[in-house]
Amino acid sequence: MPITASSAATAPTGGSGLADVTSSDAALRRFLHGLPGVDQVGAEARAASLATRSIKTTAKEQALDLAIRMVDLTTLEGSDTHGKVRALAAKAVRPDPADPACPSAAAVCVYPDMVATAKETLGDSGVHVAAVATAFPSGRAALDIKLADTRDAVEAGADEIDMVIDRGAFLSGRYLQVFEEIVAVREACARADGEDAHLKVIFETGELQTYDNVRRVSWLAMLAGAHFIKTSTGKVQPAATLPVTLVMLEAVRDFRRQTGQMVGVKPAGGIRTSKDAIKYLVMVNEVAGADWLDPDWFRFGASTLLNDLLMQRTKLRTGRYSGPDYFTLD
Amino acid sequence: MTPSSPFDYAPAPESRAVVDIKATYGLFVGGEFVDGHGTPFKTVDPATEEVLAEVAEASDADVDAAVKAARKAHERVWGRMPGRERAKYLYRIARIIQERSRELAVLETIDNGKPIKESRDVDVPTVAAHFFYYAGWADKLEHAGYGTTPLGVAGQVIPWNFPLLMLAWKVAPALACGNTVVLKPAETTPLTALLFAEICQQADLPAGVVNIVTGAGATGQALVAHPGVDKVAFTGSTAVGKAIARTVAGTSKKVTLELGGKAANIVFDDAPVDQAVEGIVTGIFFNQGHVCCAGSRLLVQESIAEEVLDRLRERMSTLRLGDPLDKNTDIGAINSAAQLARIRELADIGEQEVSGERWSPACELPERGFWFPPTVFTGVTQAHRIAREEIFGPVLSVLTFRTPSEAVEKANNTPFGLSAGIWSEKGSRILEIASRLRAGVVWANTFNKFDPTSPFGGYQESGYGREGGRHGLAAYLEGGQR
Repeated sequence: MPITASSAATAPTGGSGLADVTSSDAALRRFLHGLPGVDQVGAEARAASLATRSIKTTAKEQALDLAIRMVDLTTLEGSDTHGKVRALAAKAVRPDPADPACPSAAAVCVYPDMVATAKETLGDSGVHVAAVATAFPSGRAALDIKLADTRDAVEAGADEIDMVIDRGAFLSGRYLQVFEEIVAVREACARADGEDAHLKVIFETGELQTYDNVRRVSWLAMLAGAHFIKTSTGKVQPAATLPVTLVMLEAVRDFRRQTGQMVGVKPAGGIRTSKDAIKYLVMVNEVAGADWLDPDWFRFGASTLLNDLLMQRTKLRTGRYSGPDYFTLD
Repeated sequence: MTPSSPFDYAPAPESRAVVDIKATYGLFVGGEFVDGHGTPFKTVDPATEEVLAEVAEASDADVDAAVKAARKAHERVWGRMPGRERAKYLYRIARIIQERSRELAVLETIDNGKPIKESRDVDVPTVAAHFFYYAGWADKLEHAGYGTTPLGVAGQVIPWNFPLLMLAWKVAPALACGNTVVLKPAETTPLTALLFAEICQQADLPAGVVNIVTGAGATGQALVAHPGVDKVAFTGSTAVGKAIARTVAGTSKKVTLELGGKAANIVFDDAPVDQAVEGIVTGIFFNQGHVCCAGSRLLVQESIAEEVLDRLRERMSTLRLGDPLDKNTDIGAINSAAQLARIRELADIGEQEVSGERWSPACELPERGFWFPPTVFTGVTQAHRIAREEIFGPVLSVLTFRTPSEAVEKANNTPFGLSAGIWSEKGSRILEIASRLRAGVVWANTFNKFDPTSPFGGYQESGYGREGGRHGLAAYLEGGQR
């Protein structure tokens, strides 16, 4: 993992000039509201223009394999069972049973009670287990419950924790409360062996609504020590969109410029086709930069996307489309 | 922390198969393609210097024949046709443009050098929109406030930077008002106008309503000086515009001129910075800077100048220069050797005069063809020639200001006055500054946006008259001003 517990255990300090901005609610508010605004029309136009890039032949091959390696294969249903999770985990390790050269997905993403099952199936495949914690998806629970939820998942072996922020607190301007909650969850991600489970912070941008809010919450989460910032739970519409992801990619780019630290980005929900996934990769490449074109720094939270990536991959290799019956359904 | 392998975009060329370029082209007069009697000239693909076709030059006699054909069509058919009937033809032309949009876009890119993504996503859709828009006016002229009497025959001379779009700006309102036209496209980009002539045939437009005479300056001069022309419309350089104004002085001809510019793009410290950087890039690098309303002077508030310029350089490093037909190309070819020489000359003068830096991103220029890298000059002042003269290329001059008043003063300190841009998140500031800028178009938090419903035109040496919108009708009706 690129960020070790020691290198990013605390919020950035020192030369970056950000040491004081989280010292009080007022200071944090001043800082977040002092960030440059986002012009909605301009941001959407930029996203739309990047989406017209034409990715063909060798570039498409590269992109499809990269996208497969970036998938957090997700099942977050009340009806999830151990059997379902085992099947999903098996698929994450070997997405295309017909082609051993097909790369594995990045992780499987499940509820905390399924972590042990997923871990067991994944073994030492290198595929991570991500768990949604902190009273996912609404985040409406007391802090100690959220922390217990997190610790449970980490103890069960989760490599990554996908937490949700308290959108109510954010929208009512209690930024420091949101900040402190992220810091507390980050601490709860500590494992007995001294390593941290990686923390992804979900904003639920569909509820925050404005791009200004997306930029502010991105900085807030990065200041609090998030390893990844993530658009959505997948339970609220709209989920991930290109312009929201654009604003988040600009935030991680600017954060690195100021602090030297890289933070990952994960759009989740609503990305179903290879074409969509490639649009995101183009955006990562041209907005944040090629350094982010790696599963350590960019992920897709998705389930149906994987099969479309596999179908397109097979089509590129064989020149023919095969039907959905030739790909596994988990 | 090893960066992954970069994601190289494979070539994605649009197919040329959709266009059929003939070896030679004649003039379009009286509804037919006819031979010209001047000396034929060649049009080349500026990206490869390959000769595309030989095009007839219209002699004085050819121009005379075209004006007579237009006169006849005006008197016998078009001028007396009810507006609702004229509208049907314009709608039909608009629809054919949409149907043949790919062909038009590819041909425009081959002849002009502009990236296919621009001809496909901007030029051709806007052309169709212009015909649709003015088709809608044709039967509603009595509500526009300029009467319903057309002027007669319009002589129209258009430039090479947006060959088809400038044709649409000229032809659509003229026809909607009941005028007939003789149009001269630029000598380096005649092909889409000639394809438009085919579209007029396909739409069964009555003979002589649209006539197209190809040639260079002499043909244009013969057209605007022709006594049978009632109205002259020109888009192009200020020098030629002045010559045209002298030619028509003392005649009863009405004139509209859309000339050069040296627009200020003003970025305040409360701007949405990422979008402002996009707007700076769109402002000066769209269409290789071959835009009369290009934001060629960046005025940035001193307090954020360094940050904006850092981001601008970073953004410019992602611009992709190369084959205009590649769908991923952002910067295409310079339209002609002559224009390239002009850009080089002014950029070299800038390098000698300006104490700041001349910067371009690392980008490989193709060996053949006419190419100039996107370029930024920092440390420019109002005293420098590159801050005063229109370069008409991908060259940005960066000036700074301290207060809003200084920004307005510098923005207005130019003989031009075509367009300007304001970047600020504060609405009251935008309105206040816009009202103090002497420019025909002021964009707020955007740049180079064109819409047929919006009038476009300049102050001072940027010309007079308006094109587009209801105002655009005034230039083609007796009840309009001038």
